[in-house]
Amino acid sequence: MNAGTLKQILLLTDGCSNKGEDPAIVASLANQQGITVNVIGILDDDQTEQPEGLQEVEDIAVSGGGVSQIVYSERLSQTVQMVTRQAMTQTLQGFVNKELRSILGKDQSMEELDPEKRGEIMEVVEDLGETSDLEVVVLVDSSASMRDKLETVKEALFDLSMSLNARVGKNRFCIYRFPGRRSDIDLVLDWSPRLDGISKVFPKLTSGGITPTGPALRAAMYQFSKKQLRRNSDEEPFDIEETGY
Amino acid sequence: MKNHSTLKKPAINLHAQQKVTGKWHYKSYTVVRKIGQGAIGSVYLCMYNGRPVALKMSEQDAAVTVEVNVLKALKKVQGYRLGPSLLDVDDWTAPNGRVYSFYVMEYMEGQTLGSFIQARGKKWLGVLMVQLLEDLEQLHQAGWTFGDLKTDNILVESNPPRIRLVDVGGTTRMGRSIKEYTEFFDRGYWNLGTRKAEPSYDLFAVAMVFLHIYYPRRFERMTGEPSEKLLEKKLYRAKDLQLLHPILRKALKGKYQTATEMKTDAMDKIKQVQRRRSQYRIKIQQKKTYPVKESLSISLVASVFWIISLLLP
Ligand SMILES: Nc1ncnc2c1ncn2[C@@H]1O[C@H](COP(=O)(O)OP(=O)(O)OP(=O)(O)O)[C@@H](O)[C@H]1O
Ligand SMILES: [Mg+2]
Repeated sequence: MNAGTLKQILLLTDGCSNKGEDPAIVASLANQQGITVNVIGILDDDQTEQPEGLQEVEDIAVSGGGVSQIVYSERLSQTVQMVTRQAMTQTLQGFVNKELRSILGKDQSMEELDPEKRGEIMEVVEDLGETSDLEVVVLVDSSASMRDKLETVKEALFDLSMSLNARVGKNRFCIYRFPGRRSDIDLVLDWSPRLDGISKVFPKLTSGGITPTGPALRAAMYQFSKKQLRRNSDEEPFDIEETGY
Repeated sequence: MKNHSTLKKPAINLHAQQKVTGKWHYKSYTVVRKIGQGAIGSVYLCMYNGRPVALKMSEQDAAVTVEVNVLKALKKVQGYRLGPSLLDVDDWTAPNGRVYSFYVMEYMEGQTLGSFIQARGKKWLGVLMVQLLEDLEQLHQAGWTFGDLKTDNILVESNPPRIRLVDVGGTTRMGRSIKEYTEFFDRGYWNLGTRKAEPSYDLFAVAMVFLHIYYPRRFERMTGEPSEKLLEKKLYRAKDLQLLHPILRKALKGKYQTATEMKTDAMDKIKQVQRRRSQYRIKIQQKKTYPVKESLSISLVASVFWIISLLLP
């Protein structure tokens, strides 16, 4: 079986956007291009109530076809890897469902199958999840309120790369922060198979109060090569013919 | 922790006396109480035809299906009981109209490893370690890594005390990436190895399980202090584990390639202590005429018995 490349944007933020276009709209645009947008909303450890702004976190992930989670920074590491994995499974299940529909009819999806068949299909989804290549653009909110959380974010990203690099498939990551000094996003780490090197490059500086999440997402989207984007929106990146469903 | 994706169903909570009837196989289960809750759904004690069973339900269909696949695969390992046996897999339409996947397994009555040692004493440590390694040995030979090995997932059945592994949520085929783990028990968290599924991944967790008994509140990695040093220090302070130190240390360092090697070392340790015990018995008989020396050797014998008691029933 041949697995293609899964593309994800992972947005880490602690608040609500306040500048530029609506991030949910950009996310749905990205999703149309075959990119999944996952969002993690980070709460302060002493924050008891969920701030209103974090509703946006869910909206972005839903339009981006991804997974969202709101989490205290102490749980960030496990959450980051869980969200990334869940999103991979979700995307792959989406492909499988599409395939099922084309074979078995409009209303067919995995959920409608009996548990026995579902189990067999899930094996295929798991295989794909283990062997597919994965590209992740990590987009880190570095507005002033994030200052105390950046150390945890760094650890969580390091941890994510460790988990994903235990897979059979290949990974590529790059990290951007927003807002950038002169543009919407600034490069922190260019495409690389692992994130071991982030200790040195991770930004200590944080910027002021603007959070231009929408424009930042758009810029992140362009980090996947244009050629690939066009190809993936035309054709299925996965070859699931052999599954027999 | 709440999941906010609308693609996800709301989490489900079953209450006592509630009836869960499967959509495909029409079997009906009556909830008695919740046993536990974790990252993936909840486990309930239920009654089926007057028999207790354990039912696991989750809003994450995919995760339920993955666990069922593992349990089915383990069933094929003939002649050895690994994990709970699988009784039923089905879907249930909840009062909220959404369909939830669930599976039913053998209900295992027992204490968690931690509470068992607390109640019955450290003399059980050696035996239970050998049992645990035996189970892992079988699992590994069948091509699986347990993955999320932690104190909560190790039950001890009584009469006779027997270790049983529960929660196959992290159980991963060898050579793949570990599906689910808990930081304290995960060598990746301590920066002492990868998250690739291989025997040494589980054996590291075995050592952490034994440490956890003596650090029930766990502890965290420290920036600036290499984990190897920190774990060594914690090990040193857990005096009850003294006899097992060399074995635990080796496992933490990833020096065991197979569960068999570690089990052999643990059994050798037990034998070594037994041998010493019989030697001291002979000495007592020889030195009967020296009252001072006698009392000395009696206290020696006492302490040896104490040490043996760490390892033997
Ligand atoms: N078959 C069983 N018989 C008795 N008790 C069980 C059984 N299965 C699970 N339990 C108990 O229920 C608890 C929770 O179950 P389980 O670990 O499967 O849930 P989970 O959602 O996967 O949690 P985790 O966060 O540990 O992954 C376990 O720690 C165990 O004590
Ligand atoms: Mg589990």
